[in-house]
Amino acid sequence: MTKAYDIIIAGGGHNGLVCAAYLAKAGKKVLVLEKNDIVGGAAITKEVFPGKSVSLCAQFLHQFNTRIADDLKLSEFGLEFIDTDCRTSLLSNDGRHLTVSFDGQVEGDVAEDEVKAFQILITRLQEFSETLGFLADIPPIDIFDPDMQDKLSALKLGWKLRFGLGAEKMSDFLRIVGMNIYDLINEELEDDRLKALLSVDSVLGTHAGPRSPGTILTYLYRQIGGGKGRTLVPKGGMGAVSKAIAASAQAKGADILTGMHVREVLIDNCRVVGLRTSCGTVYNAPIVVSNADPKTTVFDMVGSRHFEADFVHRINTIRMRGNSCKLHLSLNSIPEFSGLGSEALAGRVVIADSADYVENSFNPAKYNEWSSSPVIEFSIPTLNDPHLAENGHVLSATIQYAPYSLKGGWTDEAKEAFKNICIDTLSRFAPSLKDSIEQSLLLTPVDLENEIGMQGGNWHHGEFTLDQMLMMRPVPLASRYALPLDGLFLCGAGAHPGGGVMGSAGRNAANAILRGDKS
Amino acid sequence: MSSQGLAKEHYEMGLKKTPFYSRQKELDIMNEWHRWSGYTVPNVLNDVTFEYFAIRNSASVFDITPMAKYRIKGPDALDFMNRLLTRDMTKLRVGRVGYSVWCDDEGMVIDDGTVFRTSENEYLLCAQERQLETLKRNALGFDISFDDVSDDIAALSFQGPLTCTILKKVGFEGIDQLKMFDLKEFAFAGTTVMISRTGYTGDLGYELWINPENAGDLWDALFEAGKNYNVKAIGGDALEIARIEAGLLMAGKDFSPATSTVRPGHAKSPYELGLDWLVKLDKGVVFNGRRALIQERNKGPRYRFVRLDVEGNKTACSAYIFDRQGGKTIGHVSSAAWAPTAKKNVALGFVDMPYGEVGSTVWVEIYYQKELRWNRRWAKAVVMDGPFYNPERKTLTPPEAV
Ligand SMILES: Cc1cc2nc3c(=O)[nH]c(=O)nc-3n(C[C@H](O)[C@H](O)[C@H](O)COP(=O)(O)OP(=O)(O)OC[C@H]3O[C@@H](n4cnc5c(N)ncnc54)[C@H](O)[C@@H]3O)c2cc1C
Repeated sequence: MTKAYDIIIAGGGHNGLVCAAYLAKAGKKVLVLEKNDIVGGAAITKEVFPGKSVSLCAQFLHQFNTRIADDLKLSEFGLEFIDTDCRTSLLSNDGRHLTVSFDGQVEGDVAEDEVKAFQILITRLQEFSETLGFLADIPPIDIFDPDMQDKLSALKLGWKLRFGLGAEKMSDFLRIVGMNIYDLINEELEDDRLKALLSVDSVLGTHAGPRSPGTILTYLYRQIGGGKGRTLVPKGGMGAVSKAIAASAQAKGADILTGMHVREVLIDNCRVVGLRTSCGTVYNAPIVVSNADPKTTVFDMVGSRHFEADFVHRINTIRMRGNSCKLHLSLNSIPEFSGLGSEALAGRVVIADSADYVENSFNPAKYNEWSSSPVIEFSIPTLNDPHLAENGHVLSATIQYAPYSLKGGWTDEAKEAFKNICIDTLSRFAPSLKDSIEQSLLLTPVDLENEIGMQGGNWHHGEFTLDQMLMMRPVPLASRYALPLDGLFLCGAGAHPGGGVMGSAGRNAANAILRGDKS
Repeated sequence: MSSQGLAKEHYEMGLKKTPFYSRQKELDIMNEWHRWSGYTVPNVLNDVTFEYFAIRNSASVFDITPMAKYRIKGPDALDFMNRLLTRDMTKLRVGRVGYSVWCDDEGMVIDDGTVFRTSENEYLLCAQERQLETLKRNALGFDISFDDVSDDIAALSFQGPLTCTILKKVGFEGIDQLKMFDLKEFAFAGTTVMISRTGYTGDLGYELWINPENAGDLWDALFEAGKNYNVKAIGGDALEIARIEAGLLMAGKDFSPATSTVRPGHAKSPYELGLDWLVKLDKGVVFNGRRALIQERNKGPRYRFVRLDVEGNKTACSAYIFDRQGGKTIGHVSSAAWAPTAKKNVALGFVDMPYGEVGSTVWVEIYYQKELRWNRRWAKAVVMDGPFYNPERKTLTPPEAV
């Protein structure tokens, strides 16, 4: 006889854990089943090389929801930060590197006027992010059947735009919000390196280049967590965030089991009654919340036959193209990056020296080919957080663009070849890098799909584009966490507001469940 | 693009001809044809009245080859059909035919048609309109295959009180044992013909399904066996009178299929089409439109389907329906005809709820032409309970004592 649960959460990604914590806090009996051996999904710290544990995927917190951190008292459950204002350095081919902080302070040879223009631009964008930020904390407005809360939210948005920003800024907002980042930065800036930086920040984790539509929105989205654009680095790697959330959930009574692959959500008479794991254990509950992406949820966990056909069609057409790889290099010593101190290496480093570099790097992805001059975001986290490695260091990099559906497939040879491209790209700035590499690990979008489960290796669980946002996320008429099957909810990045280590989707889903929402 | 030496693409071929075309053309004195799913088919061949009376008094042959036909097969065929259709498909045994509608997620009817369960894991779906996109959408996640066999199966609708007798004479032994909505394969001319006791006339009748190569032989056999029984080839006009008389709906005429309707309120749910009996909300599995239809059942539908007995003899084609003479518009007539056998001026239409209860009176304003000049007249109409024409032989087995 298994314990009786009110709610079972399939998937212990950070969103599933947040959802569990809020539900448990409200007195619900909650069980989380995670297929991997550690909870956290793409937000985990893992021993990638013997004696060396680092953030496996997500590495930097840009959007982390401070309200959730407070509600769940994450600091009491062990969450600490190595750095709460992690700076970004940009490596330029000509050696004129820059280091930039969240508020636009620039270190490097940039003209004073240009720095000013840069600061004005990011302040302007930051203000827009803050205007929109509250939308992440509420369910998307139901435009078909708005209730009082929806009407208030719509009013609030209107109010914030018109009176919060004022007429002039609102007009500016409306002009740029649908633009691409490339056009905006070319209006405002001269310096290629600063343009490169904003370009990278707009396209990380997407199937988009800086000239793709909607890349201002993706940029604004990255700043919405309440941290005013700050980048945080958790002590102990990203897994520390998930661990703290899990501990908070457990303290409130939630049960969390790992190594439990949910095979099938059980349905009786058109409603959810529980689920079965791959080892055959059945857990009964009237509510199942999926932390997997919407396609996996509908097609693999539940089965499309339990939904109506137009809904299934909409889910099937969600675009989920992943283009990012993760590369970990085990180093026996710190290689010399010419012109860059070790403080910078412990922070965030970006390789891309112009907006065109980023766009060119995206171009091949449109034709299912990888970039031979990829965009790279990396760090050597073991520098600042020595507990991560018993000895030596790890360089962890996010690499773009390397498409999920690579022409010819991600064979071992293909992986090796792409890994060499990445290492060569890094070596251009650190000629001795190859000598310090002991081991390497490349996770392609296919590997990410296999390890974490996100289809297409898309880290947002569905591309973050205008047509897949807000009330269209994951699909129209099912954007409020309750899916059109009684008792089934979605709480992961595929739901509003989307991906990134933020926790908002999990919190909003918990609220929807507690409200008794139905789709 | 067609390149030399290759067959033309279908869209370059102009109108298609059914395997019965030449035989119909031989009998044709009217030269009135129309296009149906890419084929040319007759409105009338000789005389609408004679053709209509063949349906009701002897035997009529109508070419239904252009019907959209899909073969659905595979281990999940039953589950697939059960999710697609509003009826409980577990109840449809092999060798039976079911009439059903299918809806979109909003519970609006896409089309109606007949489903033939030809074997355990195989169905034939027949509809007025093409359904490929709907089937493709529905197939996601099911282990089935579906093929458009519209052009691979020729079909005749053989309707009227003498049809069973004539089929027996052709040599289809045991045909009189076929119950309404049964289907069976018979040997014929070295091939097989599938015969179902189905139709669109509200009368005794059969539909015959055969490969196109042997189709002409089947036609000839029917006319040979029926030559002393007044068997008649008919066009669509005569059939139209019969189906309105029988109170049957037609997609594209009585309702706009949901897939080609954009204006809000113009598509209709099964409840609004008076097809409540086709919707099994409690069949225990999800089907398209289920959630919306549950809501609709609780809230009540917007419209009511009505069969009207209209005063006078002027047909109420396209008329508005009013609550009283000169009063408020409450609906519209979608099909109307003088019903010769029922001897009634009948109309099918829709009224806003809560109007149109059985037995209630509504008004129609009828426009009609007399020697090219338009006239109009107000007429009272009574809402009927059920079809205007429903002979006993339609459901009797064996159907006749001949
Ligand atoms: C390479 C990479 C780098 C990234 N970098 C950053 C970054 O620097 N900063 C940032 O904010 N974001 C980053 N992201 C994005 C961020 O990690 C994700 O958007 C976020 O972690 C998604 O969280 P989630 O809880 O919604 O889903 P996930 O983390 O995908 O969690 C889903 C969980 O469900 C489990 N699951 C799936 N199916 C089943 C099943 N059938 N049974 C049981 N369990 C199941 C999975 O194992 C997984 O644990 C990165 C992502 C990737 C892949």
